[in-house]
Amino acid sequence: MNVDAFQKTAPGGAVTRAGTGAAVISVRGLSKQFGTGPIVMSGLDLDVQQGSKVAIIGANGTGKSTLIRMLVRLVEPGGGDIRLLDEDVRSLGSASLKRLRSRVGFVFQRHNLVTRLSALTNVVHGVQSRRSGPRTWTQLLAPQEVRAEALHCLERVGLADKAMARVDTLSGGQSQRVAVARMLMQRPELVIADEPDASLDPKSGEEVMATLAALASEQNATLIFVSHRMEHAIRFSERIIGLGGGRVALDKPSHMASEAELTRFFHHD
Amino acid sequence: MTDAKKSMAGHLPPRIERVNPLTFTLTFAVAAFIIWSLTTAGPSIDQLARGLPNIGNILSRMFPPDLERLDRILWSLFQTFQMAVAGCAIGLILSVPLGILAAEGLSPHPAIRTAARSLIAVFRTVPDLVWALIFVIAVGLGSPAGVLAIAIDVMGFAARFFAEAMEETDKGPREALSALGANKLGMIMSAVLPAASPAMIATSLYCLEKATRASVVLGLVGAGGIGVELKVAFDLFAYQTAATIILVILTLVITVEQTGGWLRRKII
Repeated sequence: MNVDAFQKTAPGGAVTRAGTGAAVISVRGLSKQFGTGPIVMSGLDLDVQQGSKVAIIGANGTGKSTLIRMLVRLVEPGGGDIRLLDEDVRSLGSASLKRLRSRVGFVFQRHNLVTRLSALTNVVHGVQSRRSGPRTWTQLLAPQEVRAEALHCLERVGLADKAMARVDTLSGGQSQRVAVARMLMQRPELVIADEPDASLDPKSGEEVMATLAALASEQNATLIFVSHRMEHAIRFSERIIGLGGGRVALDKPSHMASEAELTRFFHHD
Repeated sequence: MTDAKKSMAGHLPPRIERVNPLTFTLTFAVAAFIIWSLTTAGPSIDQLARGLPNIGNILSRMFPPDLERLDRILWSLFQTFQMAVAGCAIGLILSVPLGILAAEGLSPHPAIRTAARSLIAVFRTVPDLVWALIFVIAVGLGSPAGVLAIAIDVMGFAARFFAEAMEETDKGPREALSALGANKLGMIMSAVLPAASPAMIATSLYCLEKATRASVVLGLVGAGGIGVELKVAFDLFAYQTAATIILVILTLVITVEQTGGWLRRKII
């Protein structure tokens, strides 16, 4: 996608609207230890408001990915409470958890697409958040309105012309944008992204982050993302949370943070 | 010998390590069993000396092959191939759900996975000729017994490979679909099967080759196909007709193997 096109919607690619609603994420006393290994998280508290854009930073092993995966129980929390979109995440049964997950768009570090299938079919898979059955398995069988919506999602990430291309013929950046389109197909209320820019070159990484931030703004969806790129954390979020020692060690508005300061946080953590 | 060499010679390791008595006894027992088997079950030199001219005699009586009944033989061969295709199709279709039930991470419950794996092991362990004998008794003489025997034999082979192919697929797309709230069936049909399909198609082609080879011998126990023709030809000492049958079987098996190999290379 052309970054300039987004910049018209969101000047400078920066987030212009602060989250002002109720907390969509409320975490209290969250802890996690993998087996007998080191304690990754101990007593972490966090609140994220509706419509806000939050970047999570921290050195390797500080539990950034673990935290966001625990929010939808892709990783089971060790202790503490998580409220997400007014649901008590830890008490949910299998069916309720699926319903909650369908409201949350998750973008992974790797695109996690089925590479043998077309971009359109991969985006059609996103409809499985609210439908099931053979007509959600491939674009070949999908109803006309689902195909049209999937194509529209690809259009929004600038890849409508690649709809029938197999994912393994696309570049890393294009594949990640297809993953974003699949997430859009979910019509999520909350978007979680785990280093979506990590495996991409600087230009593609920036395009993907701009796409995510602009789309989240358009839909008034909350965006919480992990990034190792300080310039992305500052530019595409309105609040930066730094993890260290198993807790929130830094929490400040993005406009008050500088790359140098965040880099120092990395090195001193 | 220099002083240095003398000193090193004192530290030379023994040529043979000290053998554990249990290892020695087991090695000796295995060697003794192999020799015993060769002497009791294997052909003696005398038998080989008498048998080789007989083989030559049979081969000489096979040529030239008798082409008089070629049309009937080719029709029988076609029916045999149909038997292989039908058995293979049934076996492969049933292998997909059986493979899913046997695959780690996809099976609904560990107990179901164990049961599915055990069933596959039974299908694989019992030879196809034994399955043919069982189905001849169950459904009577003819190709239906052969088709069922091939289907079971294919399931024993394909379901295991399908399960392994599915287990080896990239976990990322599964996790992504799970994260968006997809159900397990959707995850399997959308992410696992498409990713495992090249390996599954290659296995299916190999199964067809295997089923074609099996289908020609199942007739020997009455399970239909060209094997009956071959048995009758040998029973009536019609070696020239038998030669024709063997040649057309060879042509079919080689054609299926070559085509299967070419398709596998194209797909993988």
